[in-house]
Amino acid sequence: MTAVLDPGAAAARATDAILGDTLRGTARGVVVDSPPGAGKSTLVVRAALELAAAGRPLMVVAQTNAQVDDLVVRLAEKAPELPVGRLHSSDSDPYDKVLDGLDNVRKSAKAADLAGLDIVISTAAKWGHVKNVEPWGHAIVDEAYQMRSDALLAVAGLFERALFVGDPGQLDPFSIVGADQWAGLSYDPSASAVSTLLAHNPELPQHRLPVSWRLPASAAPLVSDAFYPYTPFRSGTDHGDRRLSFGVPSDGSGPDRVLDEAAESGWGLLELPARHTPRTDPEAVRAVALVVRRLLDRGGAATSERGPDPVPVTAERVAVGTAHRDQAAAVRAALAELGVTGVAVDTANRLQGREFDVTVVLHPLSGRPDATAFHLETGRLCVLASRHRHACVVVCRAGVADLLDEHPSTEPVQLGVTVKFPDGWEANHAVLAHLAEHRVHWTP
Amino acid sequence: MSLISTLARLEAVDSGRAQPLATVRHRHLTDRPLVVVPLTTAGEAGAPLGALVGTDRAAPRLLAVAQPRDRDLRFAFLAELAEAVLPHIEAYADAVEPAERSEVDPETGKKVKVEVELCADAAQLIVPSRAGLDFVRLLGRSMRFRRTAEDDPDTPYPAPARVPLLGRWLTHYGERARVPGSSLLLAATDLLNRHWATGQSSLEDQHLGALLAWVDPPAGESGAEAALRAELERDRAGQLVCPPAGPATDPAFDNKLLAPAIERYDRARTALAAAEDGIDADTRLGELSAAEREIRSLLAGVMLPTWDAVWRGLDLLRELPEGARAEDRWTRDRWSFTAHRDRVRAGEPPQPRRDDAVTAAQKLASRETAQAQLDAQEALDDPLVLAGRRLAGEAFVGEVTEVEMAYSESKRPSPRPLVTVRTAERPHLGERTKVYRSLDGKPQTAEFVGYATDATGATGPTDDPESAVGLVLRITDRMGRGKEPAPGSVPEPGDRIAWTLFEHDQRGGPKLPDPEDTPWTHGGPPGADRATGPAEQPDPVTAEDLL
Repeated sequence: MTAVLDPGAAAARATDAILGDTLRGTARGVVVDSPPGAGKSTLVVRAALELAAAGRPLMVVAQTNAQVDDLVVRLAEKAPELPVGRLHSSDSDPYDKVLDGLDNVRKSAKAADLAGLDIVISTAAKWGHVKNVEPWGHAIVDEAYQMRSDALLAVAGLFERALFVGDPGQLDPFSIVGADQWAGLSYDPSASAVSTLLAHNPELPQHRLPVSWRLPASAAPLVSDAFYPYTPFRSGTDHGDRRLSFGVPSDGSGPDRVLDEAAESGWGLLELPARHTPRTDPEAVRAVALVVRRLLDRGGAATSERGPDPVPVTAERVAVGTAHRDQAAAVRAALAELGVTGVAVDTANRLQGREFDVTVVLHPLSGRPDATAFHLETGRLCVLASRHRHACVVVCRAGVADLLDEHPSTEPVQLGVTVKFPDGWEANHAVLAHLAEHRVHWTP
Repeated sequence: MSLISTLARLEAVDSGRAQPLATVRHRHLTDRPLVVVPLTTAGEAGAPLGALVGTDRAAPRLLAVAQPRDRDLRFAFLAELAEAVLPHIEAYADAVEPAERSEVDPETGKKVKVEVELCADAAQLIVPSRAGLDFVRLLGRSMRFRRTAEDDPDTPYPAPARVPLLGRWLTHYGERARVPGSSLLLAATDLLNRHWATGQSSLEDQHLGALLAWVDPPAGESGAEAALRAELERDRAGQLVCPPAGPATDPAFDNKLLAPAIERYDRARTALAAAEDGIDADTRLGELSAAEREIRSLLAGVMLPTWDAVWRGLDLLRELPEGARAEDRWTRDRWSFTAHRDRVRAGEPPQPRRDDAVTAAQKLASRETAQAQLDAQEALDDPLVLAGRRLAGEAFVGEVTEVEMAYSESKRPSPRPLVTVRTAERPHLGERTKVYRSLDGKPQTAEFVGYATDATGATGPTDDPESAVGLVLRITDRMGRGKEPAPGSVPEPGDRIAWTLFEHDQRGGPKLPDPEDTPWTHGGPPGADRATGPAEQPDPVTAEDLL
């Protein structure tokens, strides 16, 4: 290597190659791997606009209604005149009310009403019910690694060619029943859409976005090493480009000390005494809520490359991530008791694709007597550890490293299934080892 | 594991007896289930050793293979198994009732009602354990592609006439057993584990003897002691008093009893073949029969305790009344049974070795629907299961304290009454979370509006876990078409109602393409890359197939 390429230039080069293959290539599909915050949505919007400009009818497939609405809004920001169709379900409140304020967006529950529009956007679930229409020339499939193979099967007949964009490091799709009988088949319906696509079409061009614009310089190396060891990426900003500071000094309590550590280094581990607890560990849940409360009370302010002045870290810029829904519900209740509103509290699955200034994470293995495949899943930890622009605070019971050593992963090896590296066990150890350097002990 | 089942297990440890996880039976049991206790040969995958089969607990039919590696004897066993199982299945296939099914008319593309036959009941198979379910699948796989002399006069080792048919039925039962809530083929351990929590690990719960010891311990003994005895106790000859439920056998039995007996059988057979005259042959034939009888009695000895245990388990389960919605799931099993009967009668080929992309996706989708439906139905049928969901914050029971009429803001206002429900529970409600209640067997939807302000002016849950809160719910459907809600469709003050945060019914997934329209992303239509066409070929004979 002769010189370290400027991150902006590296990213631009990757984007140009992707758009080249998409607009002028001959392959039926193009796959783009994107690490957290590498500008996936920007890429999708740009590709959509260029395809529309080239006069190619386009359908966009996203996985959730929130993702669809977000894309519609972003498209309208970039091209307020472009006719966009939002295909939605026939439930009550099927889309974000913001869309009603956009003149260029036509909304309907019937695909026929949206025929002829340059771009039609909907969820994979809704597209699956669209029948008897003229196929689209082009499709963009967003979050394709989170889409299940059977969902792609239901929609693949609707388009001729497609651009698949997603993050291979995040949570794999799951099914609520066993699907072992199909493991190893190229079209295993419970596998991700991309693995089926590539198993049948190995010659498709594959690209990678090399720069994370979200993750700070303190987080990108850890996330890259722990979760993307063979496809490393870097942060778009350097050390010192981002700063987190507080208007109110620390009162010396555990939550305040871990906030100071996180502001300083980008990471903080608030370690509670070792103990086996129920999933909704009341002490840990309360600790999470306290950290959030103190973060807001102390007047957190974030300085970044986006502007010269510090921006207050308000509740909307903070998220709490958990492994289970009941944990999220418990944290919400604890926050409500402390009078905190507006903070996003959700499971890893639902935080996928979202971005915040500061995240507070209840460690998936905290207080557990065992480490199951669910809790060891690489993607779960990766999502939780890669939502932040400035700092991430992890709340955890002591003893997780020992727990990991007692529970090496014992998943059976299935013939024909590509073994994923790194496995969750390895990734968990890597993250823990790093967090140990930013540990604050606290007994509530 | 849910919190309530953890609690039940702790109570089981404490009391020394399994604790109920259900107040009703959540699986349908027919009047005449066919119990099959299979055994397999150690070290020989797919070589059956013996079986007890029957619908009468007092008269099991004993099937045994004296030399499991002899394929003629193996075929004879499978033929006998077919004679034991198929008449039972066929008896149900002929008793039908008329039913309606909606089908898409190929000409108009519209859904039309079609009169079809539905089997009035279906044959139910019970095996002792989960490994038994897998063995049923394995037997099905090993038989369904066999060719009989009638199929192919040139086949070197023709299978007995009914063996491929048995393979197809067992394959169907094995696949159906993967559908959550289905009851065509059940394992006794699964049935018992669904209804009771023991004080042992879930691995130990796979041992039918130990499981029964917890559920129904002998007088004066705790479940833990009885379970330990069931697992470990051996007689003077070193044999397990409670043999494993199979299909695997205990190594001590294999080494000390079975292997010598098979050796004696082999010697007697060699001696018979070498007999020099008729009298000699008669004597040696007698020795061979004696050796075979010995093996049969050995196998009967290790299978009978399991046979009795399965029936005892069924007795315990029959003491529970059947859940109201189990019948509905059994009807689906009957449809599945009827559909397979029709495929066999139409002369369709056996099920393929592997599902194609579309079939796999369809199966997965229907099983996910079945799982969600099963979870909901069990909770609606059973207050104890509902209690578990309430404890997990997924349901709540409360008393209606106030009903305020309100209307939707549209040109034709519809009723949207606000109902205040008082409860001490803590469901995981967020703004506009949907909740459901059962109204005349159909779900009625409401959405969470907020917490009611109580007399002290406080709203929302407090630190005190015992304190009750008022939840304001807006009813949104099932109130008829008029401006005023239909009578009885709105809760009244004083009603105690169970609300769930999960849906009671499941919507079907998207319609998938036909297999011949499999898209390029999934490899195109199946069989396109095979010159032989989509029909499956029988398994080729390999060197390992021959002794």
